[in-house]
Amino acid sequence: MTETTAPLPHTSEERTPWRVRLALRDIDGVTLLVLPAVLFVIGLFVYPFLYGFVLSFKPRAGDWLANYRKFFSDPFLYDTIYATMRLALPATIINVLISIPVALRVRKMHRRRLLTTILVIPITLGTVLIAEGLLNYLGPQGWLNRSLMLFGVISSPLRLAHNYTGVMLSLILSGFPFTFLLTLSYITGIDASLEQAAATLGATARARFRYILLPLLAQGLAINFCLSFVQTFSVFPSAVLLGAPAGDTRVISIAAYQAAYEQYDASMAAAIAMIMGFVQLAVVLLVLAGRNLFYRGAAGGGKG
Amino acid sequence: MGRDKTISERLWAAAIWTAVIFFIVNFMAMAATVVINSFGTRWFGAWLPAGYTTRWYASAWDEFQLGDVLITTFEVVGAVVLLSGLFGVPAAYALARRNFPGKQLVILLFLLPLMIPPITFGIPLATVLYQLGAGGTLSGVIIANLVPTVPFVILVMIPFIEQIDPRIEAAARVFGAGTGRLFLHVLVPLLAPGILAALLLVLVRTIAMFELTFFTAGPDSQTLVVALYYAVYAAGVRAGQSIDAMAVIYMITTLLWLLIALRFVDPTQIVTRAKQEAAR
Repeated sequence: MTETTAPLPHTSEERTPWRVRLALRDIDGVTLLVLPAVLFVIGLFVYPFLYGFVLSFKPRAGDWLANYRKFFSDPFLYDTIYATMRLALPATIINVLISIPVALRVRKMHRRRLLTTILVIPITLGTVLIAEGLLNYLGPQGWLNRSLMLFGVISSPLRLAHNYTGVMLSLILSGFPFTFLLTLSYITGIDASLEQAAATLGATARARFRYILLPLLAQGLAINFCLSFVQTFSVFPSAVLLGAPAGDTRVISIAAYQAAYEQYDASMAAAIAMIMGFVQLAVVLLVLAGRNLFYRGAAGGGKG
Repeated sequence: MGRDKTISERLWAAAIWTAVIFFIVNFMAMAATVVINSFGTRWFGAWLPAGYTTRWYASAWDEFQLGDVLITTFEVVGAVVLLSGLFGVPAAYALARRNFPGKQLVILLFLLPLMIPPITFGIPLATVLYQLGAGGTLSGVIIANLVPTVPFVILVMIPFIEQIDPRIEAAARVFGAGTGRLFLHVLVPLLAPGILAALLLVLVRTIAMFELTFFTAGPDSQTLVVALYYAVYAAGVRAGQSIDAMAVIYMITTLLWLLIALRFVDPTQIVTRAKQEAAR
């Protein structure tokens, strides 16, 4: 136990048994319990990733960079990055921005658990079911178009499924609850007494948000943005089922899937997966670099 | 703080609640469309189907071999829950109680599979599994699903273990208990609520885990969510009502376990791993 590692009576290094020396550094039988899980993750997460990385440089034909050259010279392939960005960036920004005022409201609510329970249902059902549901609901004879026509908002049905709009709506439907629950957990982590102090000193709601909540929240929002973005950037089932998988919602995961399971080119598929991971990493690093412009520090007001 | 006073504040609050209600109403309506369609005889150009029937459930059960698919799903989910508990809980114990060199690195190692989306690491993982001969088999599906769930159990369990008084373990050790007996007679009973919560979360997540199962499953190792994907993908081959009947069965399976899980966990835990709020 960390608490009991009091320094032993000092003896010379050579005479201390190795077990004791290791135990002093907190390595003993209990520490070894972590090994199976570590080996598992190394063997089935780290190794496949490295394997895929190496494999991507061993194309079926051509020199070691052939896969990457092919990806960046074929518009059918490199356009998928743009198609994915065009969905993922707006969806993430919309979800994060809407989640802030909603979470600020919900934080003061008494029956918060009821709302969070309702919102966790879309996450639990997953994207495949949402895609199937939206196919009916957004269709030309679906309830949404019918309601809009009933209220005279539109005169003929809007085309909402099998295109960009359908995928975007599904990303908001499945992504917003995730983003919202993360924002809520960050906001409830901020000590309410900080805001009360500001209110006592006469700060308006707007000023409290601008000068107290937002700086404290910036860190969490940056992480939230990153997590939500990587989720939406790897959109797959809804882009196939609810979008135009050969047209403007041909996202990068479809290209990777086709390389792996339709052309059986594991090397090309690995290259596309690496490019996908690299784009995600680049956006995450950009966001995390930008977050340092804001205040960094404890949000708990002394509780640590 | 306190009550809203000015008109603009009230308008703002009303706008936010309208947005929330609009979101929930649309989601409910979408789910209702699926349920109603699965019971409808023929539904075209009207608000509701012309008549109601339950025959789509029988046809979906036969057409999609739902009996086999459900058995596979429960085999996969059961194995994943059991194995992620066996790998995860001891590792979480070590991480909660010891401060060994490199601990931060180990925690980072467990964070990565949770933060990197399954689509990105699923394709290289499936390639490796196919090379090992496990691709397309039930064990391949189980192994792939364990990759995010083992770290998930670890990160959920660490705070649970940290709040147990280490003196209880010290006392057990004084009375001569080894690590194995300590686990069996002291820690597991004390940690039972935490383990139950973590494993129920794993269960709910595994039923809905599409990507990893999709990449590694063969024709006879599909789980329900993957079978649903293929059914929707090949829509037009089968009646839409039949697909929706399958979707309803999927919804019931998932929501049943969600309801059970929510008796033991806070809904936000499905998204955030550790409780951020102080425990009471």
